[in-house]
Amino acid sequence: MSLDKSEVQKIAWLARLSIDEQDIPNYSDELSNILDLVDRMNSVDTKGVSPIAHPLDLVARLRSDNVTETNQRDHFQKHAPLTEDGCYLVPKVIE
Amino acid sequence: MEWETVIGLEIHTQLATESKIFSGAATAYGAEPNVQACAVDLGLPGVLPVINEQAIQMAIKFGLAIEAEIPERSIFARKNYFYPDLPKGYQISQFELPIVSKGHIDIQLEDGSSKTIGVTRAHLEEDAGKSMHEGFGKLTGIDLNRAGTPLLEIVSEPDMRNAKEAVAYMKKIHSIVRYLEISDGNMQEGSFRCDANVSVRPKGQDEFGTRTELKNINSFRFVEQAINYEIERQIDVLEEGSEIVQETRLYDPNKNETRSMRSKEEANDYRYFPDPDLLPVQIEQSLIDEIKSHLPELPDAKKQRFIESFKLSDDDATLLTSQKEIADFFEACVDAAGGETKLSANWITGELTANLNKENMDITDSPVTAEMLGSMIKRIQDNTISGKIAKQVFEAMWNGEGDADSIIENKGLKQVTDTSAIEKLVDDVIANSPDQVKQYQESPPEKQGKLIGYFVGQVMKQSQGKANPKQVNELLKQKLNS
Repeated sequence: MSLDKSEVQKIAWLARLSIDEQDIPNYSDELSNILDLVDRMNSVDTKGVSPIAHPLDLVARLRSDNVTETNQRDHFQKHAPLTEDGCYLVPKVIE
Repeated sequence: MEWETVIGLEIHTQLATESKIFSGAATAYGAEPNVQACAVDLGLPGVLPVINEQAIQMAIKFGLAIEAEIPERSIFARKNYFYPDLPKGYQISQFELPIVSKGHIDIQLEDGSSKTIGVTRAHLEEDAGKSMHEGFGKLTGIDLNRAGTPLLEIVSEPDMRNAKEAVAYMKKIHSIVRYLEISDGNMQEGSFRCDANVSVRPKGQDEFGTRTELKNINSFRFVEQAINYEIERQIDVLEEGSEIVQETRLYDPNKNETRSMRSKEEANDYRYFPDPDLLPVQIEQSLIDEIKSHLPELPDAKKQRFIESFKLSDDDATLLTSQKEIADFFEACVDAAGGETKLSANWITGELTANLNKENMDITDSPVTAEMLGSMIKRIQDNTISGKIAKQVFEAMWNGEGDADSIIENKGLKQVTDTSAIEKLVDDVIANSPDQVKQYQESPPEKQGKLIGYFVGQVMKQSQGKANPKQVNELLKQKLNS
């Protein structure tokens, strides 16, 4: 299976990656290789094998519903580029 | 052409846990920005989600209430999209193997008949944070307190055929989650909100028409208005010979219209895949049995019981069981009233509801408690006060002047049932109204019933409303007809 240029651009957009036009053929090859591998796996007969959702054959341990976290806002916000009135600031995402 | 509407709803209800679905941060509403957003909620590197068992149990509770299958295994998936109030770049949700599979509820239609609406599935997911686009100049402020709050998304089958059915369904789900005490259902605070999928098709056609999705509607009234607007719009488009574009639309309650969100934003490709950070959840049959054995009485069952054991009308029973708090109030009132059900129902659906609506109050905040109302009704029953005087007593109780007995005592509202005292008033009124007596006595019997009202009114006025109306009537008839 081979990905064309517009598909590579769409995948880059979904991942919010900016890519150079000249690198597209290379990405196309690499991504296509991954899909080839998926195709090979799909061709294996898995009749009678039950699907798994996780490679470890374990089930989740749950936590009880208790508040265990304290307010560490000041500590976390020291690492943020911009904050105001307790909010994290980001570029405006709507008009 | 005749058109048929098809509606399906996705309801997001916030689960009433203390802590978040994957972290130990608090979920309380109204805290200062970001004081309840811990490292997990912020999506900092190296953190791992751990599932809150209470959220799982609440979801199972809901599933059992709608008679759904609870699969033995449930898995969480990542739903990938970028938005600043979703710090990880994905929302942990469920795709395959949701916690609740197919179930159903019954809704009541306006003509009194009922209709079963299928629930496709209900799955657990985390809420996102809140973006504030005002007040930060050219920037957007992000508050992540809500990020990671547990949500149960309840997805219906496309079984509804008009806006009223959709509202009835939404109200029923609202009532169920509140009865189960798994959500406060507070719509102003966003704890209960809904997306509506709406399409129309020529009547008789099997395939569905192209649908649009109306996002984030947070009141019953708006759901009805938004759907009705959208039905009209779609029919107009189709009758013009154009086609419906499958898209997400926003409802604007101020203008009462829906409008398209920009297509770029809704070119969604969520690329769901199982979250490798979370192992599958195993649901033991013993847990399901345990939860089942503690399910409370649900609205439909309670309504049936109210009709059967309290002899209430369907309308009264529907009203009184619409909220668990109202039903509880009613039962406590009946208890205090010594088993009097009809008067209790009347006072709650009438006077009390009117007062609560006027003050925009919940029944749980009523200054007149169920016990107070019940004790007052007891006094109507034992003829201490008349129904008319009771309105005065009720107002006084509402205004915090004490309980019924002390108000009756202090204001001297006790009904006069002493026959000789009433007789004296009756005699006075008859003596002072020769013209009316003459008119009454010359009228045919079928007109006398109406004319007697004048005398009753006069006697009641003389007694300041305290004479027993039944006795007044009887005495007047006796004397005027003799």
